[in-house]
Amino acid sequence: MSYTAQEMMAVTAARALTNDDVCFVGIGAPSQACNLARLTHAPQLTLIYESGTIGTRPDVLPLSIGDPELCTTARCTVSVPELFQYWLQGGRISVGFLGGAQLDKFANINSSVVGPYARPKVRLPGGGGAPEIVAHCRQTYVVMPQSCRSFVERVDFVTSFGFGEGGDHRTRLGLHTAGPTLIITDLCMMEPDLLTKELTVTALHPGVTRDQVQANTAWALRFAPELSVTAPPTTAELSVLRDLVNRTAHAHGIVSA
Amino acid sequence: MPQFLSLREAVATHVRDGMGIALEGFTHLIPFAAGHEIIRQRKRDLTLIRMTPDLIYDQLIGMGCVRRLIFSWGGNPGVGSLHRLRDAVEQAWPRPLELEEHSHAAMANAYHAGAAGMPCAIFKGYYGSDLVGANPNIRFVTCPFTGQQLAAVPALRPDLAIIHGQRADREGNVLIEGITGVQKEVVLASRHALITVEEIVDDLRQPSPNSTVLPHWTVTAIAEVPGGARPSYAHGYYGRDNAFYTAWDAIAREREAFLAWMDAHVLIGEAAQ
Repeated sequence: MSYTAQEMMAVTAARALTNDDVCFVGIGAPSQACNLARLTHAPQLTLIYESGTIGTRPDVLPLSIGDPELCTTARCTVSVPELFQYWLQGGRISVGFLGGAQLDKFANINSSVVGPYARPKVRLPGGGGAPEIVAHCRQTYVVMPQSCRSFVERVDFVTSFGFGEGGDHRTRLGLHTAGPTLIITDLCMMEPDLLTKELTVTALHPGVTRDQVQANTAWALRFAPELSVTAPPTTAELSVLRDLVNRTAHAHGIVSA
Repeated sequence: MPQFLSLREAVATHVRDGMGIALEGFTHLIPFAAGHEIIRQRKRDLTLIRMTPDLIYDQLIGMGCVRRLIFSWGGNPGVGSLHRLRDAVEQAWPRPLELEEHSHAAMANAYHAGAAGMPCAIFKGYYGSDLVGANPNIRFVTCPFTGQQLAAVPALRPDLAIIHGQRADREGNVLIEGITGVQKEVVLASRHALITVEEIVDDLRQPSPNSTVLPHWTVTAIAEVPGGARPSYAHGYYGRDNAFYTAWDAIAREREAFLAWMDAHVLIGEAAQ
């Protein structure tokens, strides 16, 4: 069954989650991956959206983090202060799943501005929950399509701190969570080096070359010595994903492509 | 007991130029109708506070009502940018917009602190973030017991909270249910609270003894506005108009199209009233 690079990214991201995870879900690509995991290999996966919906099981993907279906299918819905205080800061969440506008080689995320902060060329939406999600979830996964514009040597602005300048920077700030341990793109997977924390390509998606990944990254990439190849999406994964995407487009009144 | 007013009277009485106002509602129960009335009454120089500015603040900003924005995520959820917000920040149109940017955790804690009568909120956050240098209202304190560095932001104490609820009884007690966001906190943190509701009823029919009810003596004014949260939604009454949220991207992208839409859909109400 043929598939797109976007579908490869979604399927790979979904596979990273397990039944035991309690996952704080970002909107967009993260939400798609998390629900795909729940509808395939991880039916017991707990999904939490920042609107306060805990253990939600939406039938279609929400457009926002607070769509009605997130609340009606949730185990419980708590207030936003409670969510950030008890559940996130309290250390109850195993995985934060985020997207981002711009990411650097130490997995710092910029979602605030392109250009200088006071006079930005592009004003981006901002960090929302992300600065504290990366701080307090036991680990964080980031899913985003790869390009030289989005994968930069150093972000213009650190909205959410990944590994800062690398090495033990997290620990020096008093952070004891693992931070961004996995980056999933439409071309590959990256993980931080154990010591330097520089993002390193650990797997290529089928048919993707090292040159292709490098050509879509603005810094000189490191590749793991034993580089693996991601397993292609199965027929079952693709059909669940496509059903989900079609149901969603239909439900939101958006004509399916 | 709160005043029961028309929306027009409520905004005319309680919204004044230059105020700090929080129209809250976390995706759900966003008080759109009240925001539109503020636009129609041409209020100016407002400091608007809101975790997720959403379309309603895009509209207020684009219509020139806003001087300063305190926020933590300013996008069209699942769609993209708020183009009017961007135009104000990037091109100072229709007027310059000052930003005070936070994270969600900071804003949620700051409302909580405001409701709890605290001068500031203390939490574990902003580790290594450049927001610290960009926003002088983000500082750090040392825990006197453990020596831990903790983030601190001033408590939010808006002059006026505006929220939308499902219903109020005739005494003025207000029920909100579903995703309640920071609405209870913002009402208790603010000097005054204006609440629009889907309906005013004899019996509040609160579904559980633990339901979120704002007692009448915490509410300043109530206006009955059925559909007052559209295109956002009211749990138990109507759903979110996701198609409109998607369509807003094209409406708001250019100044002329935006102004024409506001003219046809929001300012048109001036004549009717």
